[in-house]
Amino acid sequence: MQDYFYTLADFISSQLRKDEIYLCEFSGEQSDFIRFNRGKIRQPGSVEQYYLELDLIRGNRHAIGKLTLSSQLRLDQDRIVTLLSQLRDQLPHLPADPYLLYATEVQSTESIGRNDLPETSIILADIIDTVQHTDFVGIYASGSSFTGFANSFGQRNWHSRYSFNLDWSLYYKKDKAVKTAYAGFNWEKIQLQNKFSNALTQLEVLKYQPRVIKPGQYRVYLAPTALYEILQLLCWNGFGLKAQQTKETPLLRMLAEPKQTFHSSVTLCENTADGLSPIFQNQGFVKPNQVTLIQQGAFHAALVSPRSAKEYGITTNGANDEESPTSLDLAAGDFPSLNIVETLDTGIYINNLWYLNYSDRAAGRITGMTRFATFWVEQGEIIAPLNVMRFDETVYSLLGSQLIALTAEREFIIRTDTYEKRSDHSSRLPGALIAAVSFTL
Amino acid sequence: MLDLIKQRFHKLVPSVDFCSLRYVAQHSENLTVRQDIAQPPLYHDDEGVMITVIHKGGLGYAATSDLSETGLRQAIIKATQWTQLNQPNQLIDFSKLTLPHQQGEYASVVRKPWNSLSNQAKFDLLYQESAQCHPNHKIIDWQTALLSIQTEQFYLTNQGGEIQQTHHYLLPYIKVVANQYVNTQIRTLGGHGYGRQGGLEILDEIGFFGKGQQLAEEALQLLAAPNCPTHRMDLVLAPDQMILQIHESIGHPLELDRILGDERNYAGTSFVTVDMFGHYQYGSNLLNVTYDPTLPEQLASYGFDDDGLPAEKVYLIRQGILITPLGGHLSQARARLAGVANARATNWNRPPIDRMANLNVEPGHTRFEEIIHTIERGIFMKSNSSWSIDDSRNKFQFGCEWGQLIENGELTQVVKNPNYRGISATFWRNLNQVGNRETFEVLGVPNCGKGEPNQGIMVGHASPVCAFTQVDVFGGS
Repeated sequence: MQDYFYTLADFISSQLRKDEIYLCEFSGEQSDFIRFNRGKIRQPGSVEQYYLELDLIRGNRHAIGKLTLSSQLRLDQDRIVTLLSQLRDQLPHLPADPYLLYATEVQSTESIGRNDLPETSIILADIIDTVQHTDFVGIYASGSSFTGFANSFGQRNWHSRYSFNLDWSLYYKKDKAVKTAYAGFNWEKIQLQNKFSNALTQLEVLKYQPRVIKPGQYRVYLAPTALYEILQLLCWNGFGLKAQQTKETPLLRMLAEPKQTFHSSVTLCENTADGLSPIFQNQGFVKPNQVTLIQQGAFHAALVSPRSAKEYGITTNGANDEESPTSLDLAAGDFPSLNIVETLDTGIYINNLWYLNYSDRAAGRITGMTRFATFWVEQGEIIAPLNVMRFDETVYSLLGSQLIALTAEREFIIRTDTYEKRSDHSSRLPGALIAAVSFTL
Repeated sequence: MLDLIKQRFHKLVPSVDFCSLRYVAQHSENLTVRQDIAQPPLYHDDEGVMITVIHKGGLGYAATSDLSETGLRQAIIKATQWTQLNQPNQLIDFSKLTLPHQQGEYASVVRKPWNSLSNQAKFDLLYQESAQCHPNHKIIDWQTALLSIQTEQFYLTNQGGEIQQTHHYLLPYIKVVANQYVNTQIRTLGGHGYGRQGGLEILDEIGFFGKGQQLAEEALQLLAAPNCPTHRMDLVLAPDQMILQIHESIGHPLELDRILGDERNYAGTSFVTVDMFGHYQYGSNLLNVTYDPTLPEQLASYGFDDDGLPAEKVYLIRQGILITPLGGHLSQARARLAGVANARATNWNRPPIDRMANLNVEPGHTRFEEIIHTIERGIFMKSNSSWSIDDSRNKFQFGCEWGQLIENGELTQVVKNPNYRGISATFWRNLNQVGNRETFEVLGVPNCGKGEPNQGIMVGHASPVCAFTQVDVFGGS
């Protein structure tokens, strides 16, 4: 698809008038999606989709159009001509955009993934062979994904990957289940079998009589997959310059005097170099390898999109339009995971959280539910599964005053979202031992 | 386009038990003014097809944006290959399913088309409203926006089914942000809840003009208000919060594919089980809930769902008793329960699954003033700001932008950061007053997320003002 995109980019260049500039982004994928329920195939299919987003600029006036590509060159060229004409017709009626900013220095890049994926039929056979006769439910998503950028200055960027993500749960009954994911670029049946075997072991504990606890404060261990949900919520307006300037950030109290802080072991960064997302964005800027957002518990820097950079007079660091991290990295602590149940002593071991939201956004107070394998631990031993509980706590408590330690080992979590397209976001993070978390319902 | 694709489909249709083609073309325009400055307009044209094949008991789908004969042929081959690949290990024997082959049409009612005004004129409307959003410096951000979406769909089957549906939607939006030190208060036009089918006439129908000033004044009142108190009290919900309450604690638990376990890895399961239908006391006897595709202005009104099933109004809960699940043709067959026409896909590139469509609480007979007058100690909340619920759709916590205490039958002190929590299985049984038709508003949720692969879809909710007794209410930190 790279050649096809570059051919279209050259075609767009040939269609421009002399005072016009364009920026365009290509995104596409060829995906297989197989849903499972009760260890069997529920709904299998394929999706092939290609989109082109085109920003036509004359002076400081611009309009943006997005269209579906058919991958038939003549037809797609006709569609582009029509789109250019529609956008061009709009420009005289639009005011100048005071916050328009795009890259003018050419920084072409290329990152081409290798396709090591076996045929889906082989993977499907591996999955069925491993999970049959169990209550296995989830989705296998795989295939190619492509992102490209081009502009009229001659910049060309390309990023392609061939990946898979098997996101699944193994159920005992009702809501008692173990959730696991197996994602990557090279499929190995043995890895799936190992993960499945671990899940089966955990499932045995879920068969014990569940424990019901009263609302109150409890000592907690958040596994990396649970901590991931908290950080994903913070990614919603938590780290972008615009949200900070408009005071909508949930980290508002980190920015205003007297400044609240996280525990000194908390250092968060957007680690593009070690993530899976493209290193370029849709105004043509190339991202730095790392942007430190929180350093040793204190606010350090925001993600700054080109638009915010122009609006607030700060240099952009190549953030996307939403100014949300795509490759979030929480530094490891020094506590060995192996000792976590023993050190937790008596409390709640949480593997997964679910449906988080703000109960007081400006105060950084969040709520959410435990889900899947959550265990009651007594005197350093897992005693029973816990029925779902709601927590309601500020992030300054969870990651600050009540944080005892972060684990030395981290997990690399590839986001499983497939809204509109297969996500390329990822996170690398440890688990967290917390002295007291408020549970309310 | 319809004729060309129809011709190609019927030429290529394979010799299989069932084959359908679902074509979706969508054109959207997004105009936004932020802080009195026009943002670059966004135009989006999207089109593609999904081919579904059922053969020898297996099912497969393939979606493509290549609408040429070659592209359609490839999609049919892929979908057919899927039917073969999954036959030995499939959950459902599709050979026992008889899918509809209906013919029909549906079109949104539009009185003032989107294109009847130039974009410049539409931007002028947004400027005009934007100018009213910032009466003083404590308002630090504001925006006004219009999103127009027009879709054309047709659905063809190998046995003569042919359905054509055209929808026009308008989703207006206003947001005002007030701040002082570490206190930020946001007011919006009912979140994104005021989307409807139709054209620009919707702006007058929902009272869009003048809302900017009202929201700014309310944001400033909230900025000066105390936090909502923590107390168990009566709770009165405006329609723009009722939509979330209905959505999360009635809509999702009643989705039959959740009850059948399909969604357990992602959207979750349900505290409702198949054996509850027909007798379970879901709410008080004042609770009447319908699946209603007949209100022309509501977001999810349509003639047929995406499996070609005709849509008609059905009571899901009548006088508090659970009757009917939200399950389409396939789920009905799996669960052996009657359902509704709600197999829906968000676009051409996602397969149909059980979704909410228009899910409404029917109006009662009580005037708003009467509801307030009967409450000794309570709170009135409006406009959802936060939503969270467990994966069985039982333990919930919701927050609102606006709270106002009710004391001795009067609306009194405005309070900020109002939240409440409860359990679905008992909350609706505490419904003790249902507002009359004057309090009834047709609203919706534009981004309901569900499914693997994930799908965000528009659903409609209409509701009167409702009152609940003895709810745990609390405020911010």
